[in-house]
Amino acid sequence: MAKPRIIVFSGYGFNCEEETKYAFDTAGGVSDIVHINDVIGDKFSLKDYQIMALGGGFAYGDDTGAGNAYAQKMKNNLWEELLKFIQDGKLIIGICNGFQVLMNLGLVPAINKKYGAHEMGLMPNAIPRYTVRFIDLKVESKKSPWYKGMKEFSIPVANGEGRLFAPKEIVKIINDHDLVGARYFKGEMSTYLNLPYNPNGSIEDIASITDETGRVMGLMPHPERAMFFTQLPNWELLKEKYKKEKKEIPEFAPGLQIFKNGVNYFK
Amino acid sequence: MALRLEVATTVFDTRADIRRKKFTSQGFKNIKNLWILDVYTFDKEFSQKELESIGLRISNPVTQSFYIKGQGLRVKALGKHNDSINKFSWAIEIGFLPGVTDNVSHTTKEIAEDLLHVSFENGEDVYTSQITFIEGKITKKEAEDIANSLYNPIIQSAHIKSYEEYKKSGGMDIIVPKVILNQKPTAKEVDLNISDEELEKIGKKGIKNSNNTRNGPLALTLLYMKTIQKYFKEIGRNPTDIELESLAQTWAEHCKHTIFNDPIDGIKNGLFKTYIRRATEEIRKAKGNNDFCVSVFTDNSGGISLDDDWIVTHKAETHNSPSALDPFGGAITGIVGVNRDALGFGLGAKPVANYYGFCFAPPKEDIPLYKGKNKTQKMLSSRRIMDGVIDGVNAGGNQSGIPTPQGFVYFDERYRGKPLVFVGTVGLIPKKIQGKPSWIKKAEPSDYIVMVGGRVGKDGIHGATFSSEEMDSGSPATAVQIGDPITQKKLSDAIVKEARDQLLYHSITDNGAGGLSCSVAEMAKESNGCIVYLDKVPVKYVGLEPWEIWISESQERMTLAVPKENWDKFNDLMQRRGVEATVIGEFTNTGRCVVSYNKKNIMDLDLEFLHNGLPKRQLTSSAAVEKKEEPKIAQPKNLTQTLIQMMGRLNIASYSFITQQYDHIVQGGLVLPPLQGRGRVNAETSVFRPVLTSKKGVILSQGMYPSYSEIDSYAMAAASLDTAVRNVIAAGANPDYIAILDNFCWCSPLEGDRLYQLKQAAKACYDYAIEYGTPFISGKDSMYNDFNGFDKNGKPIKISVPPTLLISSIGVVEDITKVVSLDLKNPEDLVYILGETYDELGGSEYYSSFGKDGNSVPKTDSVKNKNLYKTLFNAVQNELIASSISITRGGLGVAVIKAAIGGMLGIEISLSKISGMVSRDDFALFSESQGRILITVTPENQKKVEQIFKGISFAKIGKVTKNPLIEIKGLKENIIIKEKLDNFVKSYNETFKGY
Repeated sequence: MAKPRIIVFSGYGFNCEEETKYAFDTAGGVSDIVHINDVIGDKFSLKDYQIMALGGGFAYGDDTGAGNAYAQKMKNNLWEELLKFIQDGKLIIGICNGFQVLMNLGLVPAINKKYGAHEMGLMPNAIPRYTVRFIDLKVESKKSPWYKGMKEFSIPVANGEGRLFAPKEIVKIINDHDLVGARYFKGEMSTYLNLPYNPNGSIEDIASITDETGRVMGLMPHPERAMFFTQLPNWELLKEKYKKEKKEIPEFAPGLQIFKNGVNYFK
Repeated sequence: MALRLEVATTVFDTRADIRRKKFTSQGFKNIKNLWILDVYTFDKEFSQKELESIGLRISNPVTQSFYIKGQGLRVKALGKHNDSINKFSWAIEIGFLPGVTDNVSHTTKEIAEDLLHVSFENGEDVYTSQITFIEGKITKKEAEDIANSLYNPIIQSAHIKSYEEYKKSGGMDIIVPKVILNQKPTAKEVDLNISDEELEKIGKKGIKNSNNTRNGPLALTLLYMKTIQKYFKEIGRNPTDIELESLAQTWAEHCKHTIFNDPIDGIKNGLFKTYIRRATEEIRKAKGNNDFCVSVFTDNSGGISLDDDWIVTHKAETHNSPSALDPFGGAITGIVGVNRDALGFGLGAKPVANYYGFCFAPPKEDIPLYKGKNKTQKMLSSRRIMDGVIDGVNAGGNQSGIPTPQGFVYFDERYRGKPLVFVGTVGLIPKKIQGKPSWIKKAEPSDYIVMVGGRVGKDGIHGATFSSEEMDSGSPATAVQIGDPITQKKLSDAIVKEARDQLLYHSITDNGAGGLSCSVAEMAKESNGCIVYLDKVPVKYVGLEPWEIWISESQERMTLAVPKENWDKFNDLMQRRGVEATVIGEFTNTGRCVVSYNKKNIMDLDLEFLHNGLPKRQLTSSAAVEKKEEPKIAQPKNLTQTLIQMMGRLNIASYSFITQQYDHIVQGGLVLPPLQGRGRVNAETSVFRPVLTSKKGVILSQGMYPSYSEIDSYAMAAASLDTAVRNVIAAGANPDYIAILDNFCWCSPLEGDRLYQLKQAAKACYDYAIEYGTPFISGKDSMYNDFNGFDKNGKPIKISVPPTLLISSIGVVEDITKVVSLDLKNPEDLVYILGETYDELGGSEYYSSFGKDGNSVPKTDSVKNKNLYKTLFNAVQNELIASSISITRGGLGVAVIKAAIGGMLGIEISLSKISGMVSRDDFALFSESQGRILITVTPENQKKVEQIFKGISFAKIGKVTKNPLIEIKGLKENIIIKEKLDNFVKSYNETFKGY
């Protein structure tokens, strides 16, 4: 079968499109970086792609709330195409700023498939700043193809507005409906770095949310920043260990699996 | 007709909580509660329904509600109401002054335009502000003090209302900070047939207006003014104001670097050509086929080869004066500005790493200083400057999606008058673009002059000298600029990711200091002439004088030379990327720089005179005679305590709160992080890979010892260069593949002894660069870092920064998996010190802890060091080194503890075996002798390592232990330090806790 095609959105301050493309291509896909205005202006069409990726960044400088302005632009100009993309059984991933866009669009959690409903918010971190560090994730979703076969893994966060908030009744529903993609937990990296395992005060340690189909998934941490072994904070220590055990050092790291899962879904 | 939209947070708001805690820690103990409201004032006609729909789009219904207010509108709250706000005692609203960059406003306008299909025209605008509501027993005076700590009068205004006042007037007043300029812009003739005295006045204070005010300093000395007078006499006319302003910009110290270029003592060609450029020329020649330099000194950045296909560029700048006035604006403008030095390299390099260095006065003391007499124009406290600068680089770097893997902070009381804010950017560009060398560019006659990016306002005109007293309510804040990273990001992506690779333009340069007057005139050298139509330049508001448009330093702009046949394609691309591009003139080959306004030529100067007309002056230096004394300090009885305290000193302690808020992992290439090991130690060296498909890495570090300068500036520069080079070698750089940058930040440069220090430092730069074979590829100097003002008693005071030389290093690593981090790896690994230790504590952090300078400043032996560095590289290439840390500020003692914190392991060492000659245990621990590196080696590799290091000064001094205990034996093998690692960790992390 032909390799699945991925559209990686760019423009207005998104800034992770190159490494996101690299991750999808390494995972076996064929991706294009496309400026949102070229989709709105019909130079590119969502019809030609199986996977849509909204990567990290600072779209519109986080003004009026992280992800909001970019979401407004999509809502005003591409809403029908987005709904069609989901209806067609395709995959969407939103990473960090992309997650914030998905949430402002109401594509996640979209309880009972009510796409467009505003049900949760991503607020400024409990630590009052942008924060960059590794965290550990425990996969919760039973249905999301993005997390297929994954249990626990460590990747970094880098965000200023990553504190997930929702009223209690909503949190209960997303738990009941299996809409939590993954949660932060005390694992290898937060132990290694001796840092609190929840980096931003997210409600119930939630790091990732999916829609009811599991095919639309957003997460605050950055899997594309943990695709190489040398991106791990303790790779130098692991290298010494492997050397003693006369083992080769690996080239890749756990973050790549998410991209492989996306690509393999269409194989 | 202005309308107000107020957005409130209805759930727990961390922003408000943080602000409340901050005020409480500042002594306002009675604050019970605090709320923050974001306000959008629309200076445009909207219906109630339209404004509601905008409100729904700029607030989050799950966490926020909004209110709308304005004439003809019903006051209405939408969303869940936050009733608790009604209990406040004071409301403080902070908004921008007219003309200050308001980034949120831009976004809000775009959202409204896209949603309602309308456009903001003829001065219609959105203005954002923020209300802080405070509940508690707070007096009016306290409310005013709180407001003062919230805003900066240079760029913002504050309005305070009590609960009663607020209720009576139905809320805060609607304020529209619109720029209103009543002048009718024209170019004016300036009569130069005047006395020398008058001439000098124009140079010093500026061109006189008809109402006797002046336009602001030209900073042209009498010698320069007389040269200009003579030129215009010869051509038989007077200059216009724009011609004088343009000459002042082009001849300014920050453009022409006259101190570095004028003859000094017997050095005819000046310091730059003799010591800096000559070093590079000789090194490149000596390297022959192995020369890795591609473009040095001539472009916006310096460039070296990464491999056969790629060039990496580097450039460091300072933004000192603006950061003293508006720390956030100054710093963000600095970092976003130096990014344009990458974009302006060759045909445009993509920024791939940011770099910072901050020099502040100690932040824990507030010693008031005033710019004006009678305690007027109070300077910001060092803490506020520090917080603002850190925030500015955070916003600029993070929002631009450029990683910041490398940086440092340094504290000295002498930075209280002026902080130093170093900012740098590494860029990446393919060597060839469609087969053409990417680093070569040339504007051709008849190419369009195209300005892209932001619009022009009064920002930064005669910036730093503009006094806030002279502003009235309608005049825009010109003193400082605020960067807009997203406008630049759009521009940057459109240029380096699209237009460049289609070869749509011939040349490109940055609009930085001097604005269009410098960028266009600089590019006009390539084609030999230009004509600019100033009326075509897009402006932020009407009423700007032509000279203001010409020299304005409004941010986020590049100037390009676009061939006419490419214009439609170029413009179409820019429009689709949301970037404004405008043809403002044409390049010519007339040899003249012509500027036209309202169909009249208002400037017409020989390019030759504009660029090379300034006369040289002879500089004379004189050595200071004072010799410093070595202090008499008794060795402390409890060295454990001393070492613990050293770890917490401002210049040694962890500043991870900065590192962790600067995104260093975006772009996916980080290899050696800025915080290393379990204990997250601030490392002085970092490595990243700019091309994800390649194993090659770029390694960055720096060296800087202002504390040595007053003792011996030659030794200071030598140590700085050695440290910059040693730091990267310690982490695995190839000693034959390192380039360096020089940033001189001096003070009172026309005083003989300061010039002497400068000359000595520049000479050391030459001597050591030659010895190490490390070419300078780019540099910048900032000469007038003096504060002249008044102290807390209103007495005149001058505070000069210590002569500060930052040497930044950049190297290329063949295989990133071979670089070495500083953290101890395994128990039982052996500990070695490479290099020799002497009683060299002059200017050291140890002496400084006693408030002393001393005289015994470290002397750098480049021949021995070079040999050592080559040998270490050999060992690293053979993967024999488990950990490695360069010994810098604080000496061996501090390096040992950092390595231990990194690994969270213990260490047992003895000082008795170290090479060199030291007389005391404390000196052995804290000497800052250069050329030393601390490494650890697994026992299996002991023989190989000792074999490799044969003939080099090195010593095995101990081993790593599993038990996290620090045990150090003295020169006589007695135990001088025995302490749990935890206590060092605490001290290391305590200093900036809560920052």
